[in-house]
Amino acid sequence: MASTVSMTVNGKPVSGKIEPRTLLVQYLRETLRLTGTHVGCDTSQCGACVVHVNGVAMKSCTIFAWQLDGAEVKTIEGLSAAGEPLHPMQEAFREHHGLQCGYCTPGMIMSALDIVRRKGHELDDHTIREELDGNLCRCTGYHNIVKAIAAGAKAMAK
Amino acid sequence: MYAFTYHRPTTVRQAANLLAKHPEAKLLAGGHSLIPVMKQRLAAPNVIVDLNKVEGIAGVEISGRSVTIGAMTRHADVANSPVLREAMPALAGVPGSIGDPQVRNRGTIGGSIANNDPNADYPAACLGLGATIVTNKRKIAADDFFTGMFSTALEENEIIVKVQFPLAKKAGYEKFKHPASGFALVGVFVSKRSSDIRVAVTGAGANGVFRVKSFEEALKKRFAAKSLEGMTIPAAGMNSDIHAGADYRAHLVGVLARRALDKANAKGDDND
Repeated sequence: MASTVSMTVNGKPVSGKIEPRTLLVQYLRETLRLTGTHVGCDTSQCGACVVHVNGVAMKSCTIFAWQLDGAEVKTIEGLSAAGEPLHPMQEAFREHHGLQCGYCTPGMIMSALDIVRRKGHELDDHTIREELDGNLCRCTGYHNIVKAIAAGAKAMAK
Repeated sequence: MYAFTYHRPTTVRQAANLLAKHPEAKLLAGGHSLIPVMKQRLAAPNVIVDLNKVEGIAGVEISGRSVTIGAMTRHADVANSPVLREAMPALAGVPGSIGDPQVRNRGTIGGSIANNDPNADYPAACLGLGATIVTNKRKIAADDFFTGMFSTALEENEIIVKVQFPLAKKAGYEKFKHPASGFALVGVFVSKRSSDIRVAVTGAGANGVFRVKSFEEALKKRFAAKSLEGMTIPAAGMNSDIHAGADYRAHLVGVLARRALDKANAKGDDND
């Protein structure tokens, strides 16, 4: 049985037929071909699949796509258009080398923006590390990720 | 994951009717327990009844001497509720310690309680405060609600609507967090409300959350960590796994109860 789902993804309305067991992350990657959102663990632990649902960070591997009917979803692709300058948080990750293999980066950046939403632009290292509880970096590059988030948060205030 | 069909009711009555019509159906709240077990095929409901569109069953409200939390209230919304943080910070701190920020943005109190995971935090808060679980059919005291690992007094077609917690003058929660999952290896909730003293433990017992009557008795003289000095509970009936043996869990119950009492008695900080 297929069901119809309509949502707004990165500002654009999308709709289509999906199987009820389709997870949001599958819908984003396989149907919409927005492959910036990654699947790391598929068990709600690693945070590679974090996207914003109605402005709030969630793990898209643990939500069914049909539950997002009518919702606004933002993925890493929605932060800056191709050829345009990077979002300040993306720019901070580039500047501070906040990635090694880059697999966790989209989730890290979407979570970082959620930290800024909740905690503001002046973030100390302890706060950032606590708030990154739900994002794993297997390269263990946390030091530069923390630096990047602190700088990105500041840059966003400008 | 096996295929299924779903329904999205907007009232509790509609949801109950759907459960009556589909005996194999499962309720979906935050989905952070159900969806993972469906992926593992440990659960394979053929029908899902999603509660996320049901109106009027989310929110935190303080009235008189109790706080009422709607079943679909997300962990983040309980943890950040200004009125609850003011009235009983110990309870607000419980969902604040669950999982990670993204999980807290989605998970709900009703889902946590209905699932009754033996390592979950909310069952300890419910039992440790003597909460009342309100369903579409009746009111159930926490003492009668949690009936064993992953099992509750909920009947078929019964849906949790809200949870009422009495405001305790003194309350504290202390957990030994599993470093990877964030679940309580052991967690102890203590409270004192006039003569009602409660010590509830999650994570440790092989049958899920339980009260420690010997500790409660000892605390009647004085509600302080000192009253429990040297006291332990037997290792029989404790969980034992690769993370911690039964002896260690029993030991942690005493240690964490004393720390929770210190928190409950602390003055001038968040756990006042």
